[in-house]
Amino acid sequence: MDLATTTYIVVGVTFLIYIVIAIAARAGDTREFYVAGGGVHPIANGMATAADWMSAASFISMAGLIGISYNGYGGSVFLMGWTGGYVILAMLLAPYLRKYGKFTVPEFIGDRYYSDTARVVAVICLILCSVTYVIGQMKGIGVAFSRFLETDYETGLYTGMVIVFFYAVLGGMKGITYTQIAQYVVLILAYTIPAIFISLQLTGNPIPQLGLGGTLVGSDTYLLDQLDRVLTETGFKEYTTSVRLSKVNMFAYTASLMIGTAGLPHVIIRFFTVPKVSDARKSAGWALVFIAILYTTAPAVAAMARLNIMQTIEPIPGQNLLIEERPEWFKTWEQTGLLAIEDKNGDGRLQYVANPELNELVKLDNDILVLANPEIARLPNWIIALVAAGGLAAALSTAAGLLLAISSAISHDLLKSTFYPSISEKMELNASRGAMAIAVFGAGYLGLNPPGFAAGTVALAFGLAAASIFPALMMGIFSTRITREGAVAGMVVGLGVTLFYVFQHKGVMFVSDWRFLPGLGTNWFFGIEPNAFGCIGAAVNFAVAFVVTSFTGAPPERVRNLVQDIRIPSGSPGTAPNP
Amino acid sequence: MSKLSEQQAKRYWKRNRSLMMRLLSIWFIVSFGFGIIGVDALNTFQLGGYKLGFWFAQQGSIFVFIGLIFYYVAAMARLDREFGVEEE
Repeated sequence: MDLATTTYIVVGVTFLIYIVIAIAARAGDTREFYVAGGGVHPIANGMATAADWMSAASFISMAGLIGISYNGYGGSVFLMGWTGGYVILAMLLAPYLRKYGKFTVPEFIGDRYYSDTARVVAVICLILCSVTYVIGQMKGIGVAFSRFLETDYETGLYTGMVIVFFYAVLGGMKGITYTQIAQYVVLILAYTIPAIFISLQLTGNPIPQLGLGGTLVGSDTYLLDQLDRVLTETGFKEYTTSVRLSKVNMFAYTASLMIGTAGLPHVIIRFFTVPKVSDARKSAGWALVFIAILYTTAPAVAAMARLNIMQTIEPIPGQNLLIEERPEWFKTWEQTGLLAIEDKNGDGRLQYVANPELNELVKLDNDILVLANPEIARLPNWIIALVAAGGLAAALSTAAGLLLAISSAISHDLLKSTFYPSISEKMELNASRGAMAIAVFGAGYLGLNPPGFAAGTVALAFGLAAASIFPALMMGIFSTRITREGAVAGMVVGLGVTLFYVFQHKGVMFVSDWRFLPGLGTNWFFGIEPNAFGCIGAAVNFAVAFVVTSFTGAPPERVRNLVQDIRIPSGSPGTAPNP
Repeated sequence: MSKLSEQQAKRYWKRNRSLMMRLLSIWFIVSFGFGIIGVDALNTFQLGGYKLGFWFAQQGSIFVFIGLIFYYVAAMARLDREFGVEEE
């Protein structure tokens, strides 16, 4: 069977599974729509959270970011940043927000800061970071379809929209939870199976995490030493030690991703679906276990695939690959534009070196490492098809979680809590379905007509979540004194300075002509790059909130009682099973 | 509503906070400490084919994170029972 047919079958089967689950798990009331009825087992929720969390970027791009763009050690910021956030989430946020026992993140902020303004500001922050994030997922769906199923980008995107529409609008959080569990299984198999094979081929060890620290087959040389050697010989920096810009920048980058992870609303609301406070703690642990399976495999894929590429191009030192004889996968990926070569010195051989003037591998896209991995390792077609299904599962599951966060903020926080408190539950459920439908089409539209800023957006989402939502939540739990004025000022200023720094570097709304204050130079704040700025925004948020609070009296008695109450696990609402 | 007196609630929260502080110090040391600030010093040691600092940055810190969360789960379950605030 040829590759295209196999891919259609594998992807088709996974889609069928998602639809069957969606029909079986329809939401009947708002509680099921927003929090899946609140009865999800902590391990099941951990698995759903892992799929919710790991996006097209984690699945398709991260190994390449580590292995190529960040040249090894520098990429550690993603590995530590995107996992360390769960420790903060498990200890500082999830149990207390679960104890509070409501449906959305802005709802907690609105109640804790006794203010509709705070609630609306939180909704705006939530929509800003979720919408920027969802564009990336829609693009991921379109790209995965067009690369693997040879459809055009638009057809792929429409198919993805129909699937998400079906199970997210119908099932709400309940439908999303159970499809995410299925999607986790698909994506983790698709990621680890090729990794196991590539590790076996290179090191003889089937466990990639051990293979990465092992020796190459038939020699005493460690894989990482070999990689360091071939990279330094071609003018690159050493893989295991090359820093991303500076240690200060790596510190800030890691901190921003950690805080941003803990502050992303679509992740936080997953912890509202478990029955008990203690389950919220457990669930964060399980989520990290399931995430770590991919995140500890990714650095192995990164290093092994990079070494594979280096050795394909220069199998014996000084004897570079004849361009005429380049392997088939080279030609396949050249057609997609992810890979491009140019014989600059006309010797008929391919040189891949750090010096841009001599380098003949003129284009090597980060996504190649994961997408072409099975072909490089000469794995059978069904594994290549599985990688396609895995990429789609990662993008669909994250898109659905984000869309739910957006639609519940609109129907619950804006409509029910702020503007039309009198609407009935049935109307609210219909409104949330309507908001979800609009969100799906809105995301699809932005995926089809991506604004100029689509490329920089996922990183921006973390910066915004870190600078606005995380501090407001944490202060709301750990301080009884912070006032509504303090919280609102903190969120607005934190968001403001982060946007200022990012836009000053990359242009307003990422339009490069709209850069401003060029005299400040690049990364002028202690050498920190814009993507790493979220933790500074968060620090500013905390500082502003404390200063403003000191001038604005104290929160009312009932708010102080509320804070005292969420710190104690027992008596959380909704712990009894629904009749 | 909680059954604790104000005194007990304060003690419970203090115990929870000091547990968090201890665990978050370890969280900070293995990631920012071993993985970034002290990475060069640790890289003079080997763990199989891994330089030790590099291993913490790309593998070890993640394993420690998992351990920290499950330790917190177990310690909080004990604390909840001690204060009688566990959920049925």
